[in-house]
Amino acid sequence: MTEPRKAVALISGGLDSLLAARVVMDQGVHVEGINFYTGFCVEGHTHAIRKQDRAKPKRNNALWVAEQLGIKLHIIDIIEEYKDVVINPKHGYGSNLNPCLDCKIFMVHKALEWIAANGFDFIITGEVIGQRPKSQRKDTMPVVSRESGAEDLLVRPLCAKILPATLPEREGWLDRERLHDFSGRSRKPQIALARHYGFEDYAQPAGGCCFLTDRQYSVKLADLWETRGSREYDLDDIMLLKVGRHLRPRPNFKLIVGREEGENRFMEGYRKRFVHLVPVSHTGPLVLLDGDLEEGDLELAARLAARFSQGREAPHVTLEATGLDGETRLLDVIPMPASEIPPDWYI
Amino acid sequence: MSQTEIDARRLLCPLPVIRTQDAAAGLQPGDILQVRCTDPGVLHDIPAWCRVHGHEVSLVDRREEEIIITIRIGESA
Repeated sequence: MTEPRKAVALISGGLDSLLAARVVMDQGVHVEGINFYTGFCVEGHTHAIRKQDRAKPKRNNALWVAEQLGIKLHIIDIIEEYKDVVINPKHGYGSNLNPCLDCKIFMVHKALEWIAANGFDFIITGEVIGQRPKSQRKDTMPVVSRESGAEDLLVRPLCAKILPATLPEREGWLDRERLHDFSGRSRKPQIALARHYGFEDYAQPAGGCCFLTDRQYSVKLADLWETRGSREYDLDDIMLLKVGRHLRPRPNFKLIVGREEGENRFMEGYRKRFVHLVPVSHTGPLVLLDGDLEEGDLELAARLAARFSQGREAPHVTLEATGLDGETRLLDVIPMPASEIPPDWYI
Repeated sequence: MSQTEIDARRLLCPLPVIRTQDAAAGLQPGDILQVRCTDPGVLHDIPAWCRVHGHEVSLVDRREEEIIITIRIGESA
């Protein structure tokens, strides 16, 4: 008996990649999953930060998909390599700082490297023609195949019948007639197929699985790049953009104000890296100050921080300010009235 | 049989899972891997990862701010 052909499926945790893998497994192919962690993923850690999200059942959707399919899932850290995709996308950004087409090309290329290293035969994605305006169009499908280097080793089982036959189809590893012809933005064919396979409780994130598709997040990232004078970031930078209110009262610094207990706890881990403020006369959030402070900035930041404490209506609020050297001092300030905070200070 | 310990404290999921996966890749069936974490997300994600890879979570020790998960590497490793 011959060994079954082997495919790796890009598993995002959403319905389409779940179905694409299942359709190929139906044809006797051995499938394993691969999931790439860019640092911008909405998955996982995001839910760990905010206390209000802790009441919701928390799961890693890609792992959940792998369990539903009964396949192995390999989660790959691509944080460093992915920076070039975000900073220099050849095909440009979508409506925010989302480099969706470059991202897909990059991930398929990484999957191609993976199958070469692990003795697999081809790659599966859950792409559907017309599903996404930037990256999943009839004219971008060959771009992904070509520029990733995967060429006809890349199979899109959900829309394969309306695309040219790939190598696995031509070689008879896959029966083209048992693949699908989905297209457009409708989710009805996928939902019907999910019902056919008995999948329930699958994830359907409205905004996708990446923070870069989020307008507010992209504004904060653009602000970070602009004020630093360089389009660079590290993991801590992009994590901190996910938490707190961000206010920039001066070009040289911004405040990151914890919005609730979960965020405050998360930000505690960053205290040693930032000058920070904590109200001591009243209950209030931890505030990190990101930037090089000039004369008068600390007092301004303290008045703003007091505004977000329980003492916002009090005549004075006392805060403890801690410098990068660990030295602390007390500041007694008048909380800044909301009317004195220009809207454009909020990033 | 070997015993390996990795430190995934202050990392948020899925990074502790990735560190676990990378450490497990160099181990043999029956070996023990201990992962020290702080993100409560690991309570779900590391056992889920172990189930899909055929490893066994033999102990979850939850302390005040720290979670230690002990894994026995499975036959399919």
